[in-house]
Order: sequence, then C-alpha cells, then structure tokens
Amino acid sequence: MDYGLTVLGRRGVSFINRLGGLSIMLLRFLGSLREIPRSFGLIMEQFYLIGVKSLPLIVVISIFIGAVAAWQAAYQFKFIGAPLRLLGHAVGKAVVIELAPVLSALVFSGRVGAGIAAELGTMRVTEQIDALDALGINPVRYLVLPRVLACLLMVPMLVLFSNFVAIMGGLIVSVLGVNVSPETFLLGFKDSFKVGDFINGLIKAGVFGLLIGLVGCYEGFRAEGGAQGVGMATTSSVVISSVLVLVFNFIFAMLLFRI
Amino acid sequence: MSYIQFDNVHKSFNGQSVLSGVDIRIDKGETVVVIGQSGCGKSVLIKHLMRLIEPDRGAVRFDDQDIALLHSRELIRMRRRIGLLFQSAALFDSLTVAENVGLGLRESRQYDREQIREIVMSKLELVGLVSAADKHPSELSGGMRKRVGLARAIATDPEVLLYDEPTTGLDPITADMINELIVQLNMRLHVTSIAVTHDMVSAYKVASRIIMLYDGRVEFDGSPEQVRSASNPIVQQFITGQAQGPIQVR
Ligand SMILES: Nc1ncnc2c1ncn2[C@@H]1O[C@H](COP(=O)(O)OP(=O)(O)OP(=O)(O)O)[C@@H](O)[C@H]1O
Ligand SMILES: [Mg+2]
Repeated sequence: MDYGLTVLGRRGVSFINRLGGLSIMLLRFLGSLREIPRSFGLIMEQFYLIGVKSLPLIVVISIFIGAVAAWQAAYQFKFIGAPLRLLGHAVGKAVVIELAPVLSALVFSGRVGAGIAAELGTMRVTEQIDALDALGINPVRYLVLPRVLACLLMVPMLVLFSNFVAIMGGLIVSVLGVNVSPETFLLGFKDSFKVGDFINGLIKAGVFGLLIGLVGCYEGFRAEGGAQGVGMATTSSVVISSVLVLVFNFIFAMLLFRI
Repeated sequence: MSYIQFDNVHKSFNGQSVLSGVDIRIDKGETVVVIGQSGCGKSVLIKHLMRLIEPDRGAVRFDDQDIALLHSRELIRMRRRIGLLFQSAALFDSLTVAENVGLGLRESRQYDREQIREIVMSKLELVGLVSAADKHPSELSGGMRKRVGLARAIATDPEVLLYDEPTTGLDPITADMINELIVQLNMRLHVTSIAVTHDMVSAYKVASRIIMLYDGRVEFDGSPEQVRSASNPIVQQFITGQAQGPIQVR
C-alpha cells in the first residue's frame, strides 16, 4: 500500500515536472518566433520533411477512415431503419468534426512526433545539442522552432487533405458497397456541411500539431543515457502526445458542442 | 583579476562529488594543460567555462564576468569567443564535414557562401582533411572526426580554445601535427588555450603551464620543468605512469 502510494506519488511528481517542462518549451518556442526570418531555410526543410512526406500516409489512412465510417453508418442505419440518403450526412459530420483531425493527429504523432524525439534525443546523448550551444547557436531556434512550427502548420494542411480523401473513401464504399448513388451521398454531405465545423476541425488540428511537436522536442531534449534513453524518449513522446491529443479533443468537444 | 578564473568550483552528479573546490587562474595568452586520472573531472571542468555545466558552488569568471550571471544574448556572445573541441568530437551527423566546420560561420551571418567555403577549406587544410570536406561524419575514422571537431572549434578564430584530448586516437605523426597547430595558434594568434590530455609528450610540447587535478582539486600547478622535477609523489606517479603509488585505481 505504502509502496503503491510512493510509486503513485513519484509518477505524479514526474507528470507535473513534465507539464512544467512542456510549458517552458512552449514559452521558448513562442519566444523564438521572432527569429523566423533567420531560420527560414531550416523551417522550409522541416515543412518538407514533416508535412509533405507525411502526405502519402495520411492519404492512405484517410481512405480507410472514410470507408469504415460509411460502412458502419450504413450498418447502424439498417439496424435502426434510418434512410440511407442520410449516409453522406453522417459520414461528413463524423469525418470533418472528429475522425479526420483525431486519427490524423494520432498517426502523425507516431510518424513525426516519434521521429523528432528520436532525432533530438540522439543529438542530446551524443552531445550535438551541447555542441550547438558551444558554437553560440541557440538550439531552440535551430532545432525546436522549425520542427514545432512545421507541426503547427502542417497538421491542419494534412487534415485538409484527410477530410477530402476520407469523404471520397466514404463515397466509394457507399456507392459500391451500400448501393447509394453518388448524387444522394454528396447531397447528404452538402446538407450537413457547415463551414464552422470545418474551421473548428482545422483549429483543433493546429493545436494537436503544436502539442505533438512540443512533446517530441521536449522528450528529445531531456533524453539521457544512450540508446535506451533515446528509445524511452521516443516511446514517451508517442504515449504523451497521443493522450494529450485525446484529452484536448474531449475539451474541444465540450467547449464547441454544448449539450 | 585573471582572464579566466575558476573560484572554488564544486560540482557533483547524483550525490557523487566530482569537483570539490577547484581554484584556477589563467592569464591571456597562456596554454594550460590539464592532466589527471580518467574520470577525475577534466571534461567536466572545461565544460564549465562554456556554461554547458553550471557549478553547484563557486564561480567561473571569464574576462571579469561571472558567467553564471550572463543573460541569453550575452551568453551566446561569450560562447562565440570560445572554441571547444569535445572529447567525443560531437559532430553534427546530419551535416557534411564542411557544413560542420562552417556552421558557426554561417550562423554568425558575417560571411557569404564563398567566404565560408574558403575559410572552411583553410581550416580543414590545417588539420589535414581537405579531401574529406564533402563526407559525412559516419564515413570518418575516430581520429578524423576528432580533427574535424578541431577544425570546427577554430573556424571562427575564437580568442580562447578548449581542447578535450586533441591527440587521443591519433598516430604519432598526426598527433605531432596537431600539437604544432596548437602551438602555432598560440604564438601567431595569441589564443589562450586549455588542453586536456593524457599524452605527456604533447603536454610538454604545448604547455606553458601544467595543472594536475586529483581528488576533485588542483593537486599541482606549475611549469613543465617544475612538473618534471616535482617531488610530489602523486605527480611523479602520474607522469611516469606507475600502477603502484599513492594514486589507487578503483
Ligand atoms: N552528465 C553527467 N552525469 C553524471 N555524471 C557525470 C556526467 N558527466 C560527468 N560525470 C561524472 O563525472 C566524473 C568526471 O567525468 P569527466 O568526463 O570529467 O572525466 P575525465 O577526467 O574527462 O575523464 P577521461 O579522461 O576519461 O575523459 C565521472 O565520474 C563521470 O561519471
Ligand atoms: Mg574527459
């Protein structure tokens, strides 16, 4: 019992430590924003590595997100006897509000967040971050700014694509698997579409991107030891950013959709 | 006030004391060699001067400033006045050799591309690595990496140079070339240097003063001649390399 409480206590302290560390990382990132012009080349490089290179993966998962959304909706509709002309409506809402932002963010945290933590963690344990300091180069400007900024701006871009592709995935399944005509599906989608939902989804995506980038950088920076330390940083970054994404998503839901 | 000063510096890691009251004063233009057993805190000592490590107690001063009090911009300015060769070389593995050496120049925004390339090649020539300019660190041998680290440390012509084991892992001829370079930098550019080494041949060759760390403090501080004739049994055991004596390897 005592032991259990001690472990719990330690976990709690390390959790609060992390939150503190993350907040400091956020402030340092915000402070480095005025150096954007100076780091322009590095930022563009990360836009490419983090954004453009994630596109194929996001496209693939999005097809299946839309597909399964349509399939499950059709199944439930049949069950409760709802008219299939509402299929486009249901799929559209689900994709734009929740599925595209949340699932893209989770996949992105596995691909990009983990990559950032591993790269920066390796740089930390091999003294490359100290070497930047020694050269009088601010590691936050050189490493954190380009990566976090890329996450912040690229996740919404990716979600934009994800929305489009997922709707197409839903459309294909509806037409081929459920026997709904494309016109009916798209009409339902058009009826349900609200610019507000769409914008909220993108804002949410930006927040998720920011979280994933910050967590990846923070975990990488605090890595210590050797290969094992880098592995732990990578794991923590995916675990922590995934949890944060889902927690923030729930907070967004409560704020935006008053019951 | 000396140019570089360690005043009663204490540092421990996880309760393990490494430095326990180090006092060192270094004047402009000196080349000080730091010797001492493996694990005695030599690398920790020189990292203090870059403020990569901060003392638990005591102060490090550079050019009349307590460096613990510098704000971020001043700290960056101070760090640019000092060059550090890491014991592990610590090269940026995503950059080529030339980009590694040129990074400090590029980020100082005082030179254009052409000038940077020119300076980089001249520094690589000093360490005998012109042909490796476009390779990545992973393609180099340990000794080559060390020399790239040295070229990177001297690229911006800093007024102070910290060398952490500059000749470890080098063959005797290349090692002598590096020693020669250290001496030349001191004579021609009046660079102040602190070099950590286990290699007594290079110590005698480059040092104007030799400091021995032992048990977290300065055990000996004197000219190379004084070291050679020192009666201190700890110094004697170290420079003659005997397993038997007052120093116990644990
Ligand atoms: N970041 C760190 N965390 C914990 N302990 C450290 C750290 N850096 C150094 N130490 C400890 O400090 C002591 C001194 O280390 P340091 O690297 O300065 O030794 P050294 O004199 O340079 O040895 P060598 O000649 O083998 O390079 C060692 O016992 C080491 O374990
Ligand atoms: Mg060392």
